[in-house]
Amino acid sequence: MDCKETQNLLNGYLDGELDLVRHVEIERHLQTCPECSQAYQRLSTVQKALQKPGLSYSAPDRLRKRVLAATRQASREEAAPRRRFWPAFGLAAGFACLVLLALIVFPRLSTTSTDDLLTREVVSSHVRSLMAEHLMDVPSSDKHTVKPWFTGKLDFSPPVEDLTEQGFPLLGGRLDYLDDHPVAALIYRRQKHMINLFIWPSASQKDIPLQAETRQGYHLLHWTQSGMTFWAISDLNSAELQEFAQHIQSFSAPHGP
Amino acid sequence: MREPNRHAAFEQAILPHLDAAYNLARWLTRNDQDAEDVVQEASLRALKFFDGFHGVNGRAWLLTIVRNTCYTWLQQNRAREFTTALDEEICNLPSDAFNPEALLLQSVTLEVLRKAVEELPVEFREVVVLRDLEGLSYREIADIAAIPLGTVMSRLARARKRLQQGLSARPGKESPLGL
Repeated sequence: MDCKETQNLLNGYLDGELDLVRHVEIERHLQTCPECSQAYQRLSTVQKALQKPGLSYSAPDRLRKRVLAATRQASREEAAPRRRFWPAFGLAAGFACLVLLALIVFPRLSTTSTDDLLTREVVSSHVRSLMAEHLMDVPSSDKHTVKPWFTGKLDFSPPVEDLTEQGFPLLGGRLDYLDDHPVAALIYRRQKHMINLFIWPSASQKDIPLQAETRQGYHLLHWTQSGMTFWAISDLNSAELQEFAQHIQSFSAPHGP
Repeated sequence: MREPNRHAAFEQAILPHLDAAYNLARWLTRNDQDAEDVVQEASLRALKFFDGFHGVNGRAWLLTIVRNTCYTWLQQNRAREFTTALDEEICNLPSDAFNPEALLLQSVTLEVLRKAVEELPVEFREVVVLRDLEGLSYREIADIAAIPLGTVMSRLARARKRLQQGLSARPGKESPLGL
């Protein structure tokens, strides 16, 4: 084995990673070649320096705790949906029966106006969003995340405001389909109550003031402002839902704060 | 009942290698806090992929995930790390213009040594850490870094050569720390 070959394999030799034949060949070469032998000594010195205890870092205790806490919680969360599934399913089935009943009974009791149809659609959509565990497509409390998310999915840009300071934190957004077109659904929360806010461009530019309805225990508020139709729905009491709507209105107003 | 068992097995698999995981992350990110974040993120990934782990080499398995998490992190936060082209040919190693100064290595402090390793390009740094600090085999390193065996050796050669040159070129002012 010549010097060039030896130098090429010197690291493998140092690390004991060569096959026996080549290992022995290099060993012999080093005994007879002072230059290669010196190179080997230098390499070996570097390695010894690197293997000095104290150079490696040890995981701090707080990292151990962090890792344990994070992975345990992740394991629990992974297990949770399976346990939650049946009660949620029961609830969902109950809602589905109600909706079905409403669909059968209501047309006989009242004349069906377009608005009435829409109200029902909004209620179904709200109920569906809560029971299918498909509340959000883009879970984010950051309006600068939620708003761009709709770009390319809708042919309009819905106004997105975070109302955390007002006590209605933004949870995220979702695409939905109402009144025969795709709409933006924003999800807000007041304590344990979810609020779905549906937004889509209105047929006319005329503003329509707030109108309230109650359907199947849900409160609904709808209005048209600056060319957009808004429908808010929640099981929240009507006073607080009104408050929510007013915040949204003040943000969406052209000269609002 | 399956979940608690699975989680206990997971903890048994990774906890013994948390030091190694942190050591690698710390050398690759060069920062305490970032290393901790990366290790936590990697542990969560490991938990997710735990069903695919066959219990053979827990350390190499965890280090692979930590290494990949580090690279994702580096690409997002330290993209400049990857801009230097690597000269990996062993044959092109500059000839040894060496002198007795190489013996300075004998008296180099941990601090100086640490700085020299940190200055290596990240691809060289990882093989040095995995080989000389963690004592892994070339095969394990090749699997972790997803590179051929020959590349492991050539990167090690390059890295050690750089360390040798960097360390012996320093004026010998550092206080000896028993190296």
